[in-house]
Amino acid sequence: MSKTGISVSLSQQQPIPLQVKLTCKPGELLALTGPSGSGKTTVLRAIAGLYRAKNGQIECNGEIWQDGKRFLPAHRRHVGLVFQQYALFPHLTVFDNIRLALPKQSKVEQSREVMTLLAQVHLAGLEKRYPKQLSGGQKQRVAVARALARKPAVLLLDEPFSAVDQVTRRKLYRELLLLRQSLAIPIILVTHDLEESALLADKIALLHRGEVLQTGAPETLLKRPQTVTIARLMDQQNVFEGCVIEQAPNQTTLNWHGIVLYAQAQPDWPVGGKVYWMIPASGILLHRRDRPSRGEKENPLSGRIVEYFEINGQAHICVTVDQTPLCKLSINVPLHVAQRNRLRPGEAIGFSVLAQHIHLMPGKG
Amino acid sequence: MDWLAFNLSIKLSLVTVLILLPVGILIGRLLANRRFPGRFLLQSLITLPLVLPPTVLGYYLLVSFNPDHGLGKWLADSFDLRLIFSFEGLVLASVIFNLPFAIQPMQRAFSAIPVEIREAAQCCGLNHWRVLWKIELPLAWPGILMGLIMTFAHTLGEFGIVLMVGGNIPGETQTLAIAIYEKMQLFDRPAASVMALTLLIFSMLTLSLSFWLSARSEKRYV
Repeated sequence: MSKTGISVSLSQQQPIPLQVKLTCKPGELLALTGPSGSGKTTVLRAIAGLYRAKNGQIECNGEIWQDGKRFLPAHRRHVGLVFQQYALFPHLTVFDNIRLALPKQSKVEQSREVMTLLAQVHLAGLEKRYPKQLSGGQKQRVAVARALARKPAVLLLDEPFSAVDQVTRRKLYRELLLLRQSLAIPIILVTHDLEESALLADKIALLHRGEVLQTGAPETLLKRPQTVTIARLMDQQNVFEGCVIEQAPNQTTLNWHGIVLYAQAQPDWPVGGKVYWMIPASGILLHRRDRPSRGEKENPLSGRIVEYFEINGQAHICVTVDQTPLCKLSINVPLHVAQRNRLRPGEAIGFSVLAQHIHLMPGKG
Repeated sequence: MDWLAFNLSIKLSLVTVLILLPVGILIGRLLANRRFPGRFLLQSLITLPLVLPPTVLGYYLLVSFNPDHGLGKWLADSFDLRLIFSFEGLVLASVIFNLPFAIQPMQRAFSAIPVEIREAAQCCGLNHWRVLWKIELPLAWPGILMGLIMTFAHTLGEFGIVLMVGGNIPGETQTLAIAIYEKMQLFDRPAASVMALTLLIFSMLTLSLSFWLSARSEKRYV
C-alpha cells in the first residue's frame, strides 16, 4: 500500500457544524488548533472512526475509511489515538495496556514488542505498574506507546500535554519531536495552545466554529493571516484599520489615522481601498535612547508606555501612539533591552514599525 | 428446620441469579451506554417492582398466567406449561420482581466506566464483544456481583409474590419465608425461630459482602 498520508474532508450543519478539509503527509505533524468548542476534538474523533460526520470523505494511504457509502468503525482503522486524559485501562498493568493494542502474534513476540515500545518512550522497568501508580508524564508515555503498538497509519494526539505540569510538558515536547523523527506516519495534534502548535507543528490548521479558516506553516498563520478573524484567533494584538494610498512596485503605502506607513509591496490591494493591517509584536523595533540605531528611519513613531509587564524573559509593553492616541500598540522586547532602556509605565519611547512585517488583510465589507 | 423449604429457597435464588446475570448485564449496559426512544419507559418498568406491593405484581401474574384463558391458556395448550402454583411460575415472578435489584447496580457500574476508556479500547482494535469482555466486564464486575448478591438475598426473603403466584406447596413452591409463616400459624415458634435466624444470618452475610465489595471497588483504581 502506498504511503500517501491522510486526507480528510468533512461537512455537516447539525448537530455540530463542520466544514473541514485537511491533508497530512507521512512524517508531517499537523496541529489542529482553535479556541475551545471550535470542533477540534470532533474532527479527531471523526478521523478515528468514533464519530460519523453526515458527509465525509476520509482516505488514508489509499484506503477509504469513510465516504458516501462506507464507514469503517474505529477498531478496523489503523489509528493510534492518545486521549486528553490518556484513557489507560485502570485494571491492566502498563504491560497489558500496551499488549492489548498489539496485532495477533505469539506471546514471546508480543512481550518483545512491548519491551521495545516501553524503551522507546523511556519507561523500561515500569511494565508491572498499574496506571494509578504512574505520574501524569508516565501515563502520557504509556498512552503514546499503546497508540504506537497498533502500528498506526496515522497518530492522533488530543491535547496530550494539557494534563501535565509545565516542566513535564517541556520534556514531553522534546520527546515527541525526537519520536516523530523515527515515525514515517502523519501525526495530527489537537491543541488550543498556539505556542505549542507553533513549536511542534510543520503545519497548522486553524479551526473556528467547525470550519478550517486557514492551513499553513506556523510562520504563515502568525505573520500572514488571510483575514482579521484569523489574525485575532492567532492572538495578534496589533490589528488596525487603514487605507491604501499608494501602490509602487517595491512598496505599498498606508494611511493609518493620518499617519503614513510604508509596507513591503502587497499589490493585490487597490489604492483607496479600506484594509486591515497588522504587525506582530516582534515586528516593532524599539529605538535606543542612548544612541541612534539602524531602522530608526523606517516608519518612525513615538508614544508613551501605558502598560508594562515581564514574563518568560520578555518585556511586554503597551504604548499609545502620540500621533493617534486612541490606538495602542503592543511591543515585545527582550528583558535586558527593557532594563537597559529603563522602560517603565509613563515613559516616552520611540519605535519603528518595520515595513517588511506589515501585513494587509481585507477590510470591512 | 425445614430443609425442604430451605433447599427450595436456595434453588429459587440461584436460578433467579443465573437468569438475571445475562439479562442484567445486557439491559444494564444498554441503559448505561445508549440513549434511545422509550429508554425512560424501560427504566420505569424495571423499577416498578421497587414501588409496587408484591401482591399487586402477584395479582397481575396470576391473572396473566391463568391456564383457563389468554396467555396462560396458550402456554398450557402449546407447551403444556402451567406457571400458576409451580416452581417455573415462582422463577418467573422472582425474575420480574428482582429486575431492579439486579439491573440498577449493574447499570451504575457500566455508567461509571468513562466513555474514553471504551473508545480507547476500540482504537486498540477491539471489536464490540472484545471491549465488553476485556474492558467493561472486568471494570464493572463489583457492580455486577453486587446486583447478583442483592438478587440472591432478596429472593431468599421474598414472601408476598411467592405466596400469590406459588401458593404454599411443600417441595414445590413452599420457600423458607412461607414455611416460617406457616409454622407461626401452627404456633410452632421454635421451628419458626430457627428458620428466621437462618434467614437473618444469611441476609446479613450477603449484605455485608455486597457493601464490602462496593467499598473495595470504589478505591480499587483510584
